[in-house]
This record gives sequence, C-alpha cells and structure tokens, in this order.
Amino acid sequence: MTETQQAHAGDWVEVECVLLEPADRSTNLPAETAEKPLKMWVKGFAEGQAALGGPVTVETMTGRKVAGTLSAINPGYFHTFGEPIPELAHIGKDLRAQLAAYRAAHSGGA
Amino acid sequence: MASKFDATMARRGEIMRRALGMDYSEFELSPIAFDYERMMDDHGYSLDDIVAIQTKAGVGHTPLLELHNLTDLVRSVSPAGNGARIFVKDEAANLAGAFKDRRASVSIHVAKEKGYEGVIAATSGNYGAAVASQAARASLRCIIVQETYDSRKIGQPEIVEKARICEAYGAEVVQLTIGPELFAHFLDLLDQTGYFAASLYSSFGVSGIETLGLEVAEETRALTGAYPTACVITHAGGGNTTGTARGLRRAGATDTQIVAASVDLSGLHMASDVDFNRKSFTTGHTGFGVPFATWPDRADVPRNAARPLRYIDRYLTVTQGEVFYMTEALVKLEGLERGPAGNTAMTAAVSLARELPREATVVVQETEYTGAGKHHWAQLNFAKQMGVEVRSGDPRDNKPGTVIVVPERLDQIQASDFDVAHMRASYVRNALQAAPEGYTPTSADIAFLAADSNSSAADVEAMLADLAAKEA
Repeated sequence: MTETQQAHAGDWVEVECVLLEPADRSTNLPAETAEKPLKMWVKGFAEGQAALGGPVTVETMTGRKVAGTLSAINPGYFHTFGEPIPELAHIGKDLRAQLAAYRAAHSGGA
Repeated sequence: MASKFDATMARRGEIMRRALGMDYSEFELSPIAFDYERMMDDHGYSLDDIVAIQTKAGVGHTPLLELHNLTDLVRSVSPAGNGARIFVKDEAANLAGAFKDRRASVSIHVAKEKGYEGVIAATSGNYGAAVASQAARASLRCIIVQETYDSRKIGQPEIVEKARICEAYGAEVVQLTIGPELFAHFLDLLDQTGYFAASLYSSFGVSGIETLGLEVAEETRALTGAYPTACVITHAGGGNTTGTARGLRRAGATDTQIVAASVDLSGLHMASDVDFNRKSFTTGHTGFGVPFATWPDRADVPRNAARPLRYIDRYLTVTQGEVFYMTEALVKLEGLERGPAGNTAMTAAVSLARELPREATVVVQETEYTGAGKHHWAQLNFAKQMGVEVRSGDPRDNKPGTVIVVPERLDQIQASDFDVAHMRASYVRNALQAAPEGYTPTSADIAFLAADSNSSAADVEAMLADLAAKEA
C-alpha cells in the first residue's frame, strides 16, 4: 500500500455510505434502480488516519460528523469540454454565410 | 419494509413546518382548494422589497439583448412578412450564473431574518449554485443534496460541475445515487441540523422570480415601445414559468403570451439507474415539466407556489438535437456562449418567431452559465460515451436515450405543441385523486380548480363529468 492510499487526520477526503439496501428501497422503482442500494457520498476533513476502503469519520463543511468508508483522498474534478463535436462544426460557418446572403438580398438587412 | 426513511417520512409535516417557518394549513380551504394568493402574499414583501433584497444580493438587472443576427436568419427561413424580433434576457449575468439566483436570494434573506444557522436545498441544478453563493454572502451554512451518480458512480458532467461550484462556494454537497428516497434524506438532514429548507417551490423562491417578469416587461417596452408579444420560458418544475408570468402581469403586460418550452425526453424514466445518464439534459425537460404542471403538489412543500397551468397559454417541446444546434448557433452568431438547458426556450423561440409577423417581439427570458461539464460539447461527448448515437439529420428522428439528431439547417427547427387542454384535465384528475375517496367537489372547489388550471368553471365541470363517466 502506497502512502497516497492512506488519509491522515485533517486531510480533505470523500466518504461513502449505503443509505438503503435494495430490500429497504421505495416501492414503484424501475427494476434496474430497485436492485441497487441507495448510496451517498460527502466530503470533509478526516477525523483520523484511515486507509482507502476502510472506515473513517469526516467533519463536513457545515460541521456534521459523517462516518462511512473512505472512497477518495483529496478528490478532484475532472469534468471537461472534450473533443469538438463534428455534428456541430459546420453550424457557425453555414449560418454566417446564410446571414450574409440574406442581408445582401435585402439591401443590408431589415 | 420499515426503514428509518419511513419513520422520517411519517414526520414530514412537522419537519417541514419547522424548516420553512410557515404553517401551510392556514391557507387550506377544503380537501381540494387553498388560498393561493394569500399564501403568496404571506411573506409580506412587496415586489419593490424583493427588488431591494435582490439588488443588495447582487442579483437581477441583467441585460436584455436584441439578437439581430438570429432575427435576420429566422426571417431568411420564414414566410414573407414573418419573423418576429428576438430578444434574450441574459440571466447568466447573475452572481452564480442563472435566474435561480433570484429564487435563492429571497429564500436566503428569509432564512437570515428568521435566525436560521444554515440552509438546505435538494437540487442537482443551477439552484444549488445559487443557494450556495447567496448563503456564502449571508454567512449561512449550506447543504446541497443532489442526485449525482448512477450505481457505477458515473456522474452526469453537468451535475458534477454543479457539485464543484457549490463546494467552491463553501457548501457541503451530499451526493446520492438515483431514486426518489433523496427526499427522505433531505428531511433527515433538515431534522438533524435545524436548518432552513430553501425549497425551490416555496412562495419565497417563486416570488423572487417575479422580478424577472417585471424586468422583461419594462425593458422590452423601453426598447420597443410595447410589452413583448410572447415570452418564452424554459419550463421544468414550473417556478420559472409561474414567477415570470406573475411578474409580467404585475408590470401590466397582461396581453403577453406565456409560452412554456421543454426538451422532449419522452420514453425516459426519471428514476431509472440506466436512463439517468442517457438524458443529456438535467433540467428544462418534459420529465419534470409535465408531471409538475399536472400535479404541482408533488413538491417538497405542502402547497407548491409554482403552479404553471395558471399561466401557460401554450407549451412547446423541442428535441435534444435542436437545442444543441441552437446552443452552437447562439455562440457563433451572437457571441453568447451559454448552457444548453437554458437555451431550450431559445430553440422554441426560433420556431415561434417564424409564425409571428415581423412587428412582433419574442423574449426568451433566460440564459445560464456554461463551462466544463455544462457545455454542449461536454453533454454530447458524454452522451456518446454512454452509448447514445449522435448524428446529423432530421430532428424528427431524435429519440431520447437512443439517438440525438442534430439538425443540418436552421429551417429544420420546428417546435411541437403539447396539448395543454389534456394537461388541464390531468391536473383536475390528480387534484380529485388527492382528495379523500368519495369527496364531491363544491362550487368553491370548482372555482379553485378553474383558476388553478386557467380554465372556466364550465370546463372543469365537463372534465369532472368526463372523469365520472370513465369511473362508471
């Protein structure tokens, strides 16, 4: 186990809990949802040393204490824009040409 | 099945009374009717008071922009003499990037005034950012509860971004997998903390949106000499439609047509672990728009202040592909890089403007911020990763969750009319079902149902007779 898989007291971490097991879930759920547990994640400062996947208690930003399983240490955000979308690439070029043609035909526009 | 959630749900009324600082029972008139206007006025703030609260909070007074290039393009594909002038209220200019700041600012003001230490909101959308931002300014603690991940812990990028921004504002973000039990956990947190429930559907929140309608009316008149012919509103839970329409009316714009617009997500189940990451839209869609309009009191407050059927003249739906097309068009033509969900009304407005004469004005009353995760590229890349096909073609071939068809040309954008009469009848049926079995509506109930669905008493009586005939 490497050092990065251990959280120390005061580290910013994410904790995972199961709020409801499948048997306790609401009725009228689609089968694909009903067969899964309802899980919860929240971030906070670790109260003590813990290993990834092991038990930990955190103090959240509002001061609540939440106990669960350590699911991430110093969790980041990796959402992005991604690659350009080929299906959108022509839109600006086409519309600018269409606008120029319309304005030329209507003596400079409306 | 007797979980801790059932025990929490059983105490729902008591928890919400404390968390809202308001007893809704005093507005109830019968098993069906309640005094809507009295509930809306109960907070005691005038529209001027709300403008003052919002100005202090850094909210409102956003620019109303005329979209000259888009208008000319619409005219290029309209019948001769048609092509209304198109305007947009750039609500992304609010402090946290959306009209939701208007909603949050009033709730946070009330929470602060009533002495709560913190606020909690259940939202996966821009409202979370708005509440977190306003709570930071008011030095209140803040918890945002969001439905973020599917069972594999794959998050919709727009919601992941919303978690980021809420955490940036110092909020605690509680992230859940899919399911309506989120509400019970929300109640549990309210009970545990004693915080204020910054509900999207309280009178505080919806009153906060009235200033948007007021600004649309006054600014359009200043620019064009008249109130808007039509105001197009991205419609989900109904607060945007209700608040904007009320504000327009209060400003005197009583003839402005109220057009709600949603992305068509028919066929997708809102509580499905599989469909969750195949929606490509987290709000502004029919999955919220239809059920909340036809039964507003499904919300987290005893009586929902958002009652869109009272105000909707017309309800237009557009496809996912059409909205992504318009989002890209708006960036390139008007220099407005904004979030796709907020451009739902923009897409419907393009369709509507083609039907209207050149002298008419169509105002799209919001935009929202964009960026990593929220951007239309991010949404489409994520859709592809989730196995949704993305291609160019005829938007009529768009099928939510299966294929997103991006139009090839502007003239392919064509909104569809959703049957509002059918929604009114569904609403009346739902109201009747919520009353005790065997209850017969009184004439006062019929008058309430008529007002609540923007129908006549005779219409409601016909709907009731129709329901009775179906039962028999």
